[in-house]
Amino acid sequence: MRFKDVFSIIGPAMIGPSSSHTAGAARLGRIARQLLAEPPVRADITFYGSFADTYRGHGTDLAVVGGLLGYDTDDDRITDAFAHAKDEGLEIAIGRGSMAAIHPNTVTIRLSGTGGTMEMTGCSIGGGNVAVAAVNGFSVSFSGVSPTLVIQHTDRPGTIAAIATALEHGGINIATMTVDRKGRNGEAMSVLETDQPAGEDVLARLREWPAVLDIRIVYLAGETPKEGRA
Amino acid sequence: MNFATIAELAARCEEAGQTISAYMLAQQSLESGRSPAQERQQMAAYYDIMKEAVRRGITTDTTSRSGLTGGDARRVMAMLDGSGGDTSAGSHATRAMAYALAVSEVNASMGRIVATPTAGSCGILPGVLVSSQERYGWPDDRMVDGLFCAGALGYVIANNAFISGAEGGCQAEVGSAIAMAAGALVELRGGTPMQCAHAVGLALKNTLGLVCDPVAGLVEVPCIVRNGMGAVNALAAADLALAGVRSAIPADEVVGAMRDIGAAMPETLRETGKGGLAATPTGQRIAEALFGEERP
Ligand code: SF4
Repeated sequence: MRFKDVFSIIGPAMIGPSSSHTAGAARLGRIARQLLAEPPVRADITFYGSFADTYRGHGTDLAVVGGLLGYDTDDDRITDAFAHAKDEGLEIAIGRGSMAAIHPNTVTIRLSGTGGTMEMTGCSIGGGNVAVAAVNGFSVSFSGVSPTLVIQHTDRPGTIAAIATALEHGGINIATMTVDRKGRNGEAMSVLETDQPAGEDVLARLREWPAVLDIRIVYLAGETPKEGRA
Repeated sequence: MNFATIAELAARCEEAGQTISAYMLAQQSLESGRSPAQERQQMAAYYDIMKEAVRRGITTDTTSRSGLTGGDARRVMAMLDGSGGDTSAGSHATRAMAYALAVSEVNASMGRIVATPTAGSCGILPGVLVSSQERYGWPDDRMVDGLFCAGALGYVIANNAFISGAEGGCQAEVGSAIAMAAGALVELRGGTPMQCAHAVGLALKNTLGLVCDPVAGLVEVPCIVRNGMGAVNALAAADLALAGVRSAIPADEVVGAMRDIGAAMPETLRETGKGGLAATPTGQRIAEALFGEERP
């Protein structure tokens, strides 16, 4: 099911004017920030499809940048996001792409921070709901509504079992899990949507596993109805 | 959620002797692991935002950043008050329309709204619900029920078709919102779950084929007016269903037709701001004046 619950239909609370082009865009920006796991200093934003055609009218650019600054969908600082970005030392370049988009509302965000870079492609699928489709060249599929672990690892036997065990020890229930790899024994990315956020103990356990290269946590909590916020 | 179609939802409710809203609330609580009281609280907070958006839209200046729209809700309210309620559509429908315009204008002016199911269609549910609450004196708690019912119906539509103009045209946004509001009003007025299902079918049939053609790509023209008239359509669809009129094509099949029609729509008519009203001479002139060279 693309839409998981009643609050993906009624909600989110948001600053207008467009749930897909404003609220969804803000969420995609916020997910990108979480994937970089540090404040970005440079963002290259490429819009595709309807995003490319109408981003100015909908404030899609403002919304993505607001999200990159960590703003929720109903944060009215979105309307001045460019000014805030400047204040926070975030440099922005915006472009339109022409490749066949996977969805009418698609954006690719390349971020760099002081510690690293990250590239993400995501789609705004309606009503403020989003789907991340690619991270650092790996195919993925997650929404950020549930606590999500994005784990980059080498493709070694037993890794997935180790990940599952670490979560089980922490009492974390896995709702969905997808794995994409760049070839046999190459690098792989596992994405796990869970029912509870993973605590430090679980993360430490995961990091101990030699095949695990990197863990990022995505969770739109704080702006989603599931957190009890309007 | 243990229902995937409107027919399934209505049948389960009728079997259990439950309303759609009660059924949805129980399902939602199971899905989220939170208590029904917490879920209701969340919905009540949303309803408060909707009421506040209505108030803002009929009392404050809602001129949008583009300057294209704003103030229509107040125009309609002035006529309603000035005429002592004797409007062409009747005072209740006119009020629902004014409130829907109000919320849509607040959205266009970058104010705070709740997407129901989208921001483009955010006026219809508050228009119908807030005006009906005033009319019948229903408590807020009852309105929260209405939102759960609307959410259940929208959930089915969204998962079997779409709710975004970019994917399926305006039928997917405004059409879905009208269907959700109509179904909710049927339940609030004491109709059966089956009647709610018929309301969805009847309402959705009337918007099939509606394209998404926002002028200059802005959620203003024709979006705001479609919300106003959409609220009136929702009242009409609810009346049809409550009178016992049935949707000859079952609601789920109408949703299927909407999906097929949306899939067949050219991209120019799916929120790209390139076709329909956006492509008219005036539409293009407006886009040109607003964005000049930078527009595609
Ligand atoms: S015309 Fe398009 S943007 Fe406007 S309300 Fe309809 S679907 Fe939304």
